[in-house]
Amino acid sequence: MRLERRAYVSTKLVIVAPILAILASLSLSGILIILAGVNPFIAYFEIVKGAFGSKLAITETLTRASPLILTGLAAAVAFRARLWNIGGEGQFYIGALVAAAVGNNLLLGLPVIISMTLIMLSAMIAGAVLLAGPALLRLRFGIDEVVTTLLLNFIIILFVGLMIEGPLKDPFAFGWPQSVPVDRSLRFADLVPSSRLHNGFLISIFAAFSIWIVVTRTVFGLKARATGFTPQAAAFSGISLSKTIMGVALISGALAGLAGAIEVMGVTGYVTTTLSPGFGYAGIVVAMLAALHPGGVIASAIFIASIFVGADAMSRATGVPSFIADVIMSLSLLTMLIAIFFTNYRIRR
Amino acid sequence: MIEALEILTNASLWSAVLRIATPLIFGVLGALLCERVGVLNLAIEGIMTMGAMIGWLSVYLGADLWTGLAIAAISGGIIGLLHAFLTVQLSLSQHVSGLGITLFASSLAYFIYRLVVNVGSLPPTIEPFQPIEIPVLSELPFVGEVFFSQMGPTYLAIFCVLLMAYILRRTPLGLAIRMTGENPHAVDAQGLNPIVIRVFAIVVGSALMALGGSFLTTAAFNSFFPEMVQGRGWICIALVIFASWQPGKAFFGAILFSFFDAYQLRLQHVVEDVPYQLFLMAPYVLSILALILVSRRSKVPEALMEPYRRGER
Repeated sequence: MRLERRAYVSTKLVIVAPILAILASLSLSGILIILAGVNPFIAYFEIVKGAFGSKLAITETLTRASPLILTGLAAAVAFRARLWNIGGEGQFYIGALVAAAVGNNLLLGLPVIISMTLIMLSAMIAGAVLLAGPALLRLRFGIDEVVTTLLLNFIIILFVGLMIEGPLKDPFAFGWPQSVPVDRSLRFADLVPSSRLHNGFLISIFAAFSIWIVVTRTVFGLKARATGFTPQAAAFSGISLSKTIMGVALISGALAGLAGAIEVMGVTGYVTTTLSPGFGYAGIVVAMLAALHPGGVIASAIFIASIFVGADAMSRATGVPSFIADVIMSLSLLTMLIAIFFTNYRIRR
Repeated sequence: MIEALEILTNASLWSAVLRIATPLIFGVLGALLCERVGVLNLAIEGIMTMGAMIGWLSVYLGADLWTGLAIAAISGGIIGLLHAFLTVQLSLSQHVSGLGITLFASSLAYFIYRLVVNVGSLPPTIEPFQPIEIPVLSELPFVGEVFFSQMGPTYLAIFCVLLMAYILRRTPLGLAIRMTGENPHAVDAQGLNPIVIRVFAIVVGSALMALGGSFLTTAAFNSFFPEMVQGRGWICIALVIFASWQPGKAFFGAILFSFFDAYQLRLQHVVEDVPYQLFLMAPYVLSILALILVSRRSKVPEALMEPYRRGER
């Protein structure tokens, strides 16, 4: 048996690959559900019901998907240029923290739209700056950004803890460690009345389309792609690798920072150290399932969100530990990797 | 200020250094072995989590402590095999594969834990390793407490450092391992199969990582809970670079690191007006600083992250 690169990759194959990957992941996770003593078909039915079974369920899934779209975009943009930004979690938190700090009382008096824009912008800058550090270390010293961004995640979460027990502590939270809230007037309005789904969802969708245009229709997007494919050839054709990598880092960090701002302005109103159930890490899976395509990110973010929202409901109904959602998500990433491989290679005897 | 310095002369600090270093020593040796054959193993964080869970669970279900460690090591080896399949056989991105396996192994560990253990308000505990007082030597003042009354796995870790250094430097196997990481084509030309060597090293390396994880739940602590590995795997990856891929230096890196960790823990009680989070940040900040410090002179294995396919150039 040997592997041979396909001369031609059909579009059909590219679209079928993620679907097969998800099916494979669901089958493998099914074994664990059987071990938990539950019929996997019933469990998956409960997940679908929990995620899409009612209007409330659908709005919950989309609420969960909103930050995931942005962290997924952050990973997709970076990975396209082979910048391994694994720091989405840290960038999310710093964005959230800055949003809370800025939105608390700094901007009162300005028109609401301008204030909200400023909150989001400052969160984006915070996220961008946070990733600029590791990008600079890679460009300047050749230090692998995977390690630095991962380590920064831990540092930032401790920093958030420090701030919300110190300077940014909410004095009216009965001693709970949570940050000062974003002023009520500066939060997102409900997109669907009497649900948690907020206008931040629209911002995520808008971001996805903007990034789609940037990566496929602009010179910068092309440069970033070339840098990811063959850095030597890109450099040879006159592309400045360090400028491109830096640009990609700023965009990627900004997107993850924006995710934090949206979660605070749309859902909680304040920051705690448990604000994110791993949005940053899940963003990596979202990006990979979408084969790094910004449009695909929307679909895969909704998929991942539905697994998590649905698994909570399923866990309550059947008793299967809700960690099954994490298993399904991570397995999808691995099966997707293999699926991508077989869209590019075939087995020859 | 005097108090802060007095801590340094306390034997219990130095004894704690070796204890805190043990999981890091196992982890850093494992990561080093994988990278020496040219494969970055970012599955480490997940493998340590799985090792911590499986080691604890085996003992909880009736195995003795050393058997628990062995089962943990085997679980690590199996996960390593998965990483080897994805990165060596299929030559997929080592970054993404490793991270994917970390996510998978940790979530699988949490799932199995929840499935088997009915968690009440407090996590159930086991009877952990106790320090072994080596006769006569442990009676020595200071040195005795620091070096000769440690727990069994700590001695094993130190032995592993010596063994790894010896194998890498002095044996044909070590030569083959080092050469696979530098130039797999040359290994192939010598009639050895670089693919087999890579898979072997990844499996053994991953087993070591799992041992490191299991130390957390069977010696340092007596129960398992999610998120308990706390980035130790990532710190090991940084330590490998800090140590320029040398087992001896890796050992001292782990010791140095654990010294700061043990020191900050004690300093917290002395310096009271500094937020505790600043102390907890220290290990991660130090790792990044260490990377910057050595970046100019580190000697990376030539073929690190280069996939190898037989018959292809």
